[in-house]
Amino acid sequence: MIEFLSGLGRSGLHWLAVLGRASTFLFRVLLAQDAVVRRFRLTLAEIYSVGVRSMLIIMVSGLFVGMVLGYQGYITLVNFGAAEALGGVVALSLVRELGPVVTALLFAGRAGSALTAEIGLMKTTEQLSAMEMMAVDPYRRVFAPRFFAGFLSMPLLAALFSAVGVMGGYIVGVGLLGVDSGSYFSQMQAVTDWHEDVMSGVIKSIVFGFVVTWIAVFQGFDAEPTSEGISRATTQTVVVSALAVLGLDFILTGLMFGDM
Amino acid sequence: MSKDPVSATPHVVVEDLVFRRGRKLIFDGLSLTVPRGRVTTVMGPSGTGKTTLLRLIGGQLRPDSGRIWVDGEEVARLSNRRLYALRKRMGMLFQTGALLTDMNVFENVAFPLREHTRLPEELIRNLVLMKLEAVGLRGAADLSPAQLSGGMARRVALARAIALDPDMILYDEPFAGLDPITMGQIVTLIQRTNKTLGLTSVLVTHDVVEAMAISDQVVLIAEGRVMDSGTAEEVRAGASEWSQQFLGGHPDGPVPFHYPGSSYRDDLLNEAGRDRD
Amino acid sequence: MKLRFLEVSVGVFVLLGIAALFYLAIQVSNIAEYRDRDTYHVVAYFDHIGGLKVRAPVTVSGVRIGRVAQIVYDPERFQARVTLAIQAGKNYLPADTQASIFTAGLLGEQYIALEPGGDYEMLADGDEVLFTQSALVLENMIGRVLTNISGD
Repeated sequence: MIEFLSGLGRSGLHWLAVLGRASTFLFRVLLAQDAVVRRFRLTLAEIYSVGVRSMLIIMVSGLFVGMVLGYQGYITLVNFGAAEALGGVVALSLVRELGPVVTALLFAGRAGSALTAEIGLMKTTEQLSAMEMMAVDPYRRVFAPRFFAGFLSMPLLAALFSAVGVMGGYIVGVGLLGVDSGSYFSQMQAVTDWHEDVMSGVIKSIVFGFVVTWIAVFQGFDAEPTSEGISRATTQTVVVSALAVLGLDFILTGLMFGDM
Repeated sequence: MSKDPVSATPHVVVEDLVFRRGRKLIFDGLSLTVPRGRVTTVMGPSGTGKTTLLRLIGGQLRPDSGRIWVDGEEVARLSNRRLYALRKRMGMLFQTGALLTDMNVFENVAFPLREHTRLPEELIRNLVLMKLEAVGLRGAADLSPAQLSGGMARRVALARAIALDPDMILYDEPFAGLDPITMGQIVTLIQRTNKTLGLTSVLVTHDVVEAMAISDQVVLIAEGRVMDSGTAEEVRAGASEWSQQFLGGHPDGPVPFHYPGSSYRDDLLNEAGRDRD
Repeated sequence: MKLRFLEVSVGVFVLLGIAALFYLAIQVSNIAEYRDRDTYHVVAYFDHIGGLKVRAPVTVSGVRIGRVAQIVYDPERFQARVTLAIQAGKNYLPADTQASIFTAGLLGEQYIALEPGGDYEMLADGDEVLFTQSALVLENMIGRVLTNISGD
């Protein structure tokens, strides 16, 4: 019993220490953000690696999710004679929740784990150390551009996801299931509020982008310099990001839609 | 570059260095000096913290107590900017080369030039080719680090380390894991760069033969302190038992063969009743 | 050459992302109806506002001509004071217009429906809408139905 408690205590301290290191790390990365503009070519390369290369998976997923929403939404609404409201259902589900959250999860899995592995490998092969000894600040050259790239890409990817999803819902609902095409969009516009729905979703995806990229870059930085260490760090990026995104989603949803 | 006489100010001075990693005491009052323009080798058994010493000299780690001066400046007290300025005058060769994997050989050597100077591209190109030529790898300029053998990677790393014409180069285990030919190449290169560029070279290694052949000063470290130091002949003739075991490669002596534990007889006889996982 | 490709593809990516945001704004949401540029304000007092919210539509004959700007409890009149922001050009509402709180569809949002009266004077900025009909409160209705049934 004592062992269990002391183990728990040790775990707690360990996680506190991790949080402390992660926060100091974040602070230094944010301070180095001027490098984003000065080393623009580096940042561009990172936006490509993290954003452009995630586009395909995001858009395909968005399409499928939108199509499933269209289908499932129709099946349920038709029972209430409210099939014409499909547009609103699809749009709200995507814009408020599925867009930001699913994009964040996919992003953590694809781009996040790649960032962690890349940085972890640089650490293991002493490249980061070599940079320091060559008087090049790894925060400015390696971490800051990657952080900015992730932070910028997420909201854009989430918007893409939602937009493609709406079209997917259209394809299934209007194209296959016979919902009136005019109603699809007019109902959608009637219930989707720019401020409350779309902007909330954008804010969520900005927050998620910040957190997921922070986790991914930090895990690479903090990884143990062995192949096991990198593998563990990559897994942790995905797991911790997923938990953080879902937890934050709950909090943000409560904050933003709370007074309804 | 003219060579300073040995009696000129030492390049690196370490005074009463104490350093702990976690609970383990790595250095316990270590003191040594590195003369300018000469090859100094720091030797010792694996795990004595030789790499840590290089990191302390380079300012990546701070001593728990004691002081380290490089070129008259106390490393631990330098501001970030001045530390970086100091590092531009130091080159470091890592054990694995530590080439940046997202660039090819040419760009790796050009990296310090591009980061720290505003030289035009043609000038950089010529400098890079010169450095590569000095290490014999000008023809490999377009290869990526993944395509290089261990020895070649180290030579490229050396070219990169001398890109900014530093005053001093730190070599971390430069001979580890190399075949005889490559080892000979590295040895020659270290000697040649040291002589032609008038650098101070600090080598950290446990390859006794190679190191003794090219060193002007040898420092033996064990248990966190300097055991012996002097020229290669002086150290070889040194009286300490420990030096004799290390330099002669004897399997048993002051550093025991058997890992400490209970007596053999007790262990065998208690086999039946003991929990062995 | 490699740089060129990078720049172009990143540019395309950012452009697509922004285009998606625009699409969501214009095609998907109600941003078009959002900004009523110039408005004048009239006040209406209700016993019960039900589920009426700020920014709910204000309609006449079903056509939206404004939005609810503010909902506040007036402790002197013991009623809710609702401020209606009506689009500037639409000052054809007679002074005896009635404002009622209706529900859009069965489960939809609540909004204000204006029914014009017959007065010669029109409502202007700062006027009060004198005739109001509060939102239907479900419990009261059920109570009324029950008493009616038991009364038969």
